[in-house]
Amino acid sequence: MGNDHVMTEQGQRTRSIIRAVVTLAAAAALYELLARSGYFAPALLPTIPVIVRTLIAMIANGTMIEHAAFTMYRVMFGFGLAIAVGIPLGILMARFHRVENFFLPLVSALMPIPSFALVPLFMLWFGIGNLTTILIVFYAATFPMVFNTWSGVRSVNPLWLRAAGAMGADEQKLFWKVIIPGASPFIITGMRQAFLRAWIAVVGAEMIAASDWGLGWVIFDAKEFLNADIMLASLLVIGGIGYAFERLVFGSIERATVQRWGMVRMAKG
Amino acid sequence: MVPIEIRDVTLVYDTPGGKVPGVRDVSVSIGASEFVCIVGPSGCGKSTLLNIIAGFLSPAAGEIRIGGKPVTGSGMDRGVVFQDFAQLFPWRTALGNVAFGLEMKGVPKEERDRIAREQLRLVKLEKFTGSYPHHLSGGMQQRVAIARALAYNPSVLLMDEPFAALDALTRDDMQRLLADVWRETRKTVIYVTHNVAEAVYLADRVVVMSPHPGTVKTEIKIDLPRPRDPLSVEFVECQKELLRHLGHDAGETKAVNGKAKS
Repeated sequence: MGNDHVMTEQGQRTRSIIRAVVTLAAAAALYELLARSGYFAPALLPTIPVIVRTLIAMIANGTMIEHAAFTMYRVMFGFGLAIAVGIPLGILMARFHRVENFFLPLVSALMPIPSFALVPLFMLWFGIGNLTTILIVFYAATFPMVFNTWSGVRSVNPLWLRAAGAMGADEQKLFWKVIIPGASPFIITGMRQAFLRAWIAVVGAEMIAASDWGLGWVIFDAKEFLNADIMLASLLVIGGIGYAFERLVFGSIERATVQRWGMVRMAKG
Repeated sequence: MVPIEIRDVTLVYDTPGGKVPGVRDVSVSIGASEFVCIVGPSGCGKSTLLNIIAGFLSPAAGEIRIGGKPVTGSGMDRGVVFQDFAQLFPWRTALGNVAFGLEMKGVPKEERDRIAREQLRLVKLEKFTGSYPHHLSGGMQQRVAIARALAYNPSVLLMDEPFAALDALTRDDMQRLLADVWRETRKTVIYVTHNVAEAVYLADRVVVMSPHPGTVKTEIKIDLPRPRDPLSVEFVECQKELLRHLGHDAGETKAVNGKAKS
């Protein structure tokens, strides 16, 4: 019976991969048709083989990898900061009323401001380069982290706290052994959303606040030379890395933890 | 194990609608290794009383002594089993759940795994040590909860309708299993239920409570030999007597009877 379960789970994953490939192939075919229709200038709407050649060339000469590495560095730095600040702050807000009273209005007021709107201001304050882009990423990623952690801690089953208390757990043990794992479905969701927002923010920030390196900068720079193929190649890389993180990194974390524990379920059918 | 002394315990709930009495002047003495069931209709304060004994609530007046020591909060001299299956930690295996109390005590890993395995054997779950709670049935989850409450060797076991959410057949099995576990461990047990047959099957003595406010109405000694036969004439007589004591509150009688039959 256990084997059946694994088999069907694997089968489902294979099927979902096939479905994803079919969808992407259809979209690509449609684009190719449009690009070859002759209605648009080839320089503005390059065909897929042209884009792929550009991409391979940029990977081969190392520039694309370096651009991606710069972007990754900024994202991971800002995202890491957001986790380091967001999780403790969310927990404190959920545990202490006064912290909640102070930070909740602040979080609610700052969260809707698009990080992109802050880029010019941050440039004035912090100049052009890594500091500004990292801070923009940090700004974009912190709020989903705070918000989800705060919700997660509040949703921890009080029965777990009671049971743990009855078994002699002190505040510190309660925190590490019950509250953190109990809130983990929300914390993981928060990380997912935070990464997504970080990834969107970094490209925007790099367009105006970075010089020479970064995927966002490449795209913005390419417009000067009408290099639509470079723009599209960079977009492919941006989409690809984002997709890989979402599906591989966060998907595996979820499967290894909250899904395995039955705290979240896979969608059926 | 240890005796429990409950003296003049009173608790009032502060609700938006005013003060609601939970329990008033409840006094019960429980002997060492005695199995006491607290029975009564909804709202009679039986769960409130159990929560006070567990240390989750503090009484407005009165006091509880366990083995002579006054209760001031939750403590490791008591193990608690709740009704809700969700009491187990979903992120821990059955073994991890049972070992939790020992971990809090600072028992080294090998030692606590050994003890937890032993406890799971006691509730006949030795094959499921590595399973996560969501892969276990309701009855199995409650058995893990019992093993978890026993693992750090408290002298008192407090149980709040642990089998109420189970189907009738599973419940019968669980009652037999609990009777065996009690015979083997000789814990002092306080067991809250609204199921008359369950109380007669398990208890040395039944404390009957009545509502508004929650007070002790009477106590009945169950002197049937163990293991008990629920179909024997004496067993049925005991049930009838218990129902008579519960029956005075006309409105609640039907509910209690209905539960007893199920």
